[in-house]
Amino acid sequence: MTEPFTVAGLGAALHARRISSVEATQESLARIEAAQPALNAFVTIDHEGALAAARAADVTLARGAAPPLAGVPIAHKDVLMTAGLPTTCASRMLADYVAPYDAHVVARLRDAGTTLVGKTNMDEFAMGSSNENSHFGPVGNPWNAARIPGGSSGGSAAAVAARLVPAATGTDTGGSVRQPAAMCGVTGIKPTYGLCSRYGLVAFASSFDTPGVLAQNAEDCALVLDAMAGHDARDATSVDRAPADCTRLLRRGAGARPLAGLRIGLPREYFDAGVTPDVAKAVEAALAELRALGGETVAIELPTVGHAIPVYYVLAPAEASSNLSRFDGVRYGHRAAAYADLDDLYCRTRAEGFGPEVKRRILIGTYVLSRGYYDAYYLKAQQVRRLIAQDFAHALARCDVIAGPTTPAAAFALGTRVADPLAMYLGDIFTVAANLTGLPAISIPCGFDADGLPIGMQLQGRHFDEATLLDAAHRFQQATDWHRRVPSGYER
Amino acid sequence: MSRAGQARAGWEVVVGIETHVQLSTASKMFSGASTAFGAAPNVNACAVDLALPGVLPVPNRGAIERALAFGLAIGGTINRESVFARKNYFYPDLPKGYQISQYERPIVTGGTLSIASDDGERSIRLTRAHLEEDAGKSLHEGLPQEAEAAVGRDGSGIDLNRAGTPLLEIVSEPDLRSAAEAAAYARRLHAFVTWIGICDGNLQEGSFRCDANVSVRREGAPLGTRCEIKNLNSFRFLELAIDYEARRQIELIEDGGSVRQETRLYDAGRNETRPMRSKEDAQDYRYFPDPDLPPLAIDEDWIERVRTSLPELPDAVRARLVTEHGITHYDAQQLTASRELAEYYERAAAALPAHDAAGFKLVANWVLGEFSAARNRDDVPIERAPVAPAPLADILRRVTDGTISASAAKTLFNEMWNAALRGATEGYVTGTVPGLVGTGSATVSTSSSVDALIESLGLRQVSDEGELEALVDAVIAAQSAVVAEFRAGREKAFNALVGQVMKASRGKANPGRVSALLKAKLERSG
Repeated sequence: MTEPFTVAGLGAALHARRISSVEATQESLARIEAAQPALNAFVTIDHEGALAAARAADVTLARGAAPPLAGVPIAHKDVLMTAGLPTTCASRMLADYVAPYDAHVVARLRDAGTTLVGKTNMDEFAMGSSNENSHFGPVGNPWNAARIPGGSSGGSAAAVAARLVPAATGTDTGGSVRQPAAMCGVTGIKPTYGLCSRYGLVAFASSFDTPGVLAQNAEDCALVLDAMAGHDARDATSVDRAPADCTRLLRRGAGARPLAGLRIGLPREYFDAGVTPDVAKAVEAALAELRALGGETVAIELPTVGHAIPVYYVLAPAEASSNLSRFDGVRYGHRAAAYADLDDLYCRTRAEGFGPEVKRRILIGTYVLSRGYYDAYYLKAQQVRRLIAQDFAHALARCDVIAGPTTPAAAFALGTRVADPLAMYLGDIFTVAANLTGLPAISIPCGFDADGLPIGMQLQGRHFDEATLLDAAHRFQQATDWHRRVPSGYER
Repeated sequence: MSRAGQARAGWEVVVGIETHVQLSTASKMFSGASTAFGAAPNVNACAVDLALPGVLPVPNRGAIERALAFGLAIGGTINRESVFARKNYFYPDLPKGYQISQYERPIVTGGTLSIASDDGERSIRLTRAHLEEDAGKSLHEGLPQEAEAAVGRDGSGIDLNRAGTPLLEIVSEPDLRSAAEAAAYARRLHAFVTWIGICDGNLQEGSFRCDANVSVRREGAPLGTRCEIKNLNSFRFLELAIDYEARRQIELIEDGGSVRQETRLYDAGRNETRPMRSKEDAQDYRYFPDPDLPPLAIDEDWIERVRTSLPELPDAVRARLVTEHGITHYDAQQLTASRELAEYYERAAAALPAHDAAGFKLVANWVLGEFSAARNRDDVPIERAPVAPAPLADILRRVTDGTISASAAKTLFNEMWNAALRGATEGYVTGTVPGLVGTGSATVSTSSSVDALIESLGLRQVSDEGELEALVDAVIAAQSAVVAEFRAGREKAFNALVGQVMKASRGKANPGRVSALLKAKLERSG
C-alpha cells in the first residue's frame, strides 16, 4: 500500500524505513512533472539536487537519530533564497538570478532534513491574489484548471492540493498563504510576525511579510512551522524567545469535546460583509462543528476592521516602492540592453523588468510617500493600523481565537479580474488584518461551493499563540474530512 | 582670525555646520563587513552592503554606543526611542536605492560645543546628531584593469567598500558668525570626537566631512536665505569657502539681487563656490520609517554604562588646568587640542617633584614649544613620541635645580629625541610604559640616565667663578670692537658679548653669572 503523502505520515514511514526518501522524492518529482502542463505550479524543478538530498537523508535515516523531517520532500515559494538554485520572484527582473545563499527558513528546513524538490510559482514579487501576475505564466487550480489558485503563494497551494509535495512554504503579506490555501482546499498558516526570520525572503512589504506553511492539515503545518521558526540575529524584527512548540497541544489526548473552554470570537463585521451564500453556509456549518467539539462562540466587535483594505493598500505599496528600488539593473538582475544615460538605464530596466501589478504598486507607494501626500496617506494609514491592532487586542481579551471566512468567495475564473484591480484587492478583506496586526492566522478547508470549489475558514489568534490555532484546526480536522478531499485527477 | 573673513561693515555672516563623522567601529552600520580603509574595490562589501535580494540590516551596537557617548559628552538629550528612516533616491553607489538614516526622531537632540573665541570660550548650540550609513563610491576614471576590461574605457565602476560605513551626522544651530568661527567650530568638533574616541579623525580618508550653511543679513535683520556648501574637505577650505560665499551673497544683495536657496560646490582650485542644484530641483526623498528596523530603544542602564566609560572631557580639563595648575586660558586651549597632548602634559607635570605654578608653566611651555616642534618636524604621533613624559620631567627638573641651562636642556632633549627616533638606546635606558595614552607605548628613561647623559654630553651648567672669569676675559680680549661699541653707549653690544661667552661655553655657562661678571669687568676696566 502507498504511504500517506503527508508530512507526519511520510515522516513516520521514512523513520520506520518502510519507504526511502529517494522513493518519496521520486514520486514527488514525477507528480510535479506530470502536473506541470496543467498547473504550472513550479518555476524550477531540481531533480538532481532533490535526489542527492534524498540519498543523503536515506543515509541519515539508516543511521537512526535523523531529524523529524528527514527525507520529506518539500517545495519553497520562489521568493525565498535557495543557494545555488534560481530565485526569480516570478519576475523578469530576476528571471536568471541564482541565489548565493539560503534564506533562514530554507536553511532551517534543510537542517531539519527536508529534501527540496523545487521552487513554486507565485505572483510577481508576491504581489497579487490570483497568481496571474507571474512572468512564468499563471498557475491552475487543481480543482478546476480554469480557476485561479489564489495568490500570491498560488504555486505552493496548488502543489499541496494536487499532492505534488506534502508541504510547501509560502509567504503571507496580506493573505498570500491563507487565501490560496482556502481556494485550493489546503491548510495554510501565517504565524506571528517575528516568529520566522525574513532573512532571505525577498521583501515586498517588510512590516507585513511573514514566511508561512501550506500543507494538507494542521498537524503538518505545526511540524513544518516548528522546524522553520526560530530567532535569527540577521533579522532585527525576528523575535528572540523560547523555541516554538506548535505541536504541543496536538499531542494531548482528545476526548469527545476536545475544544471545551475554547472561546471563539465571531466578529459581526465578518458576517455582514459581502460573502457568497455558499461561503456563509460552509463557515456556519464549520462553526457548528467547532461548537460540537466543545468550543463556545462569543460575539465580538472589530469596529475599525472595515478600514483594513485601504490601510493595507497604502502601507504595503509604500514599503514595496522602497524595497524594490534595489532592482535597478546596476548590480544584478535584468538590465536594459541599450540606454542613453543613467536615468534611461533605470527607466528602461525597470519598465522591462517589472510587470504591470508591480509597477502599479510602486507608483501607488511612491505617491503616498511623496511630499505633500505623506501625512494624508502614509501617516494616516499608520494611525489607523494602530487602531485596528487595538481592536484586535480588545477582542482577543474576550476570546481565544477569531473565526470567519478566509475569503468572501471561492476561486474565480482566470482572467476575469485582471482589468479590475480594486475588485481583486477587495478579495483580501478578511486576510489583511492579520498582517496589519502581526497576529497568527490559519485557513482550513471547510467545504465546497456549488461549483465544487473549496472554501476556507480562517482562525486568527493571539501573538505567538500558534499552538491554540493549530490545535483548534487539528481537532476540527479530526472530526471532518474536507482536508482529505483530493481534486479529481490528482489521486494517488 | 582671518582678516578677509571679516564681513563688510553693517553685515553679519550666519553659518551652521553639518558634519559627517565616521564612527570608529570595526564593522559597518548595518552589516558585519569591515570598515577598513584602502582595501581593493568591493573587498569589504558583503551581501547586505551589495543589497542582494532578501538581505536585511541589523544595527551595530558599537555605532549606537558612540552616538550615545557623543550625546552625553555634549550634554544633549538621548532620545529613549529613535527611528531609522529610509531616504529614497536612485544612484549607482547607493545599492538599496535608499540610505538608512534618522529623520524625524534622531538619537540625540540638543547639546552644546564650546569653541575658542577672542574672549575665552563661546558655546555653540547643536541641533541634533543622528546615525546613518555612508554610500559607496562611483569611479569614473582610474579603474582597476580588470574593471576597465569589463565596462570599457568610458564605463564607470562602483566601489561599495564604503557603503554602509557608520556615520554620525552632527548638525549645529546657525550660531556661528564668521568663516573663522566656523573653522574654529569644525576644529573643536574634530578634536572633541577624537577626544571621546568615537572617530579616528582622519581627514584624508574622509572620516570627518563638513558642509556649511551660509547666509548673510544686515545687522539686526532676520535670517537671510541660505546656501549649502559641499565638498569642504579641510578646515582651511571650509574657511575660504565660507569667506567667498559670504562675500558673494553680500555683493549680490548690495547690487540689488537676492540669494537663491541652493546647494553649492566649493572649487578649491579656483577658490569659489558654484551652484550644484537649486531648491526647486531638490529631490523628494520620501523619508519614511524603515520597516526592517524596530524603533531604536535605549534603556537607562545602557546610558549609564556609556556615561561611566567617558573620559574627562576637554572643557573640564581646560578648567582644571586654569584653576589648579595656574595655566593661562590660551595655553590650556592649546594643551587640550587633543586628548593625547593633554595626557602627555599631565603625565609630565605629575612627574615633576614640585607641583607649583612655575613648574606647570615650565612643562606647558615645553610641551607646546620644543616637544610640539619636534613632533611636527618628525611627524610622530604623541603616543609614540621618542621622549616620553617622565624623561621630559627629568630634564625639566634639572633646569629647575640649576644643573643645566634652558639652552642645554634643549640640546639634551633633542639628543634624546633623535637618539630614540633612530632607535638607538645608548646614553639612557629605554623601556615601555604600557597604558600610556590609548594603545601606544612610549620610550622612557630614568632620571639617573638623564643625569648620566648630562655628564656624558658635558651639559652641566658652569657656575664656577674661575672658569667663567677665564671665558669672560677671553671674549673681552677677542671682541675689542664690540667692547668699544658698548663703551660708546650701545647697550645692545652688551647682549652680544653675553652671547659670545655663552657660545664659548657651548651653552653651559650660567647666563646670570656671565652677565654679572661681564658687567663688573667692563666697568672696572673702563
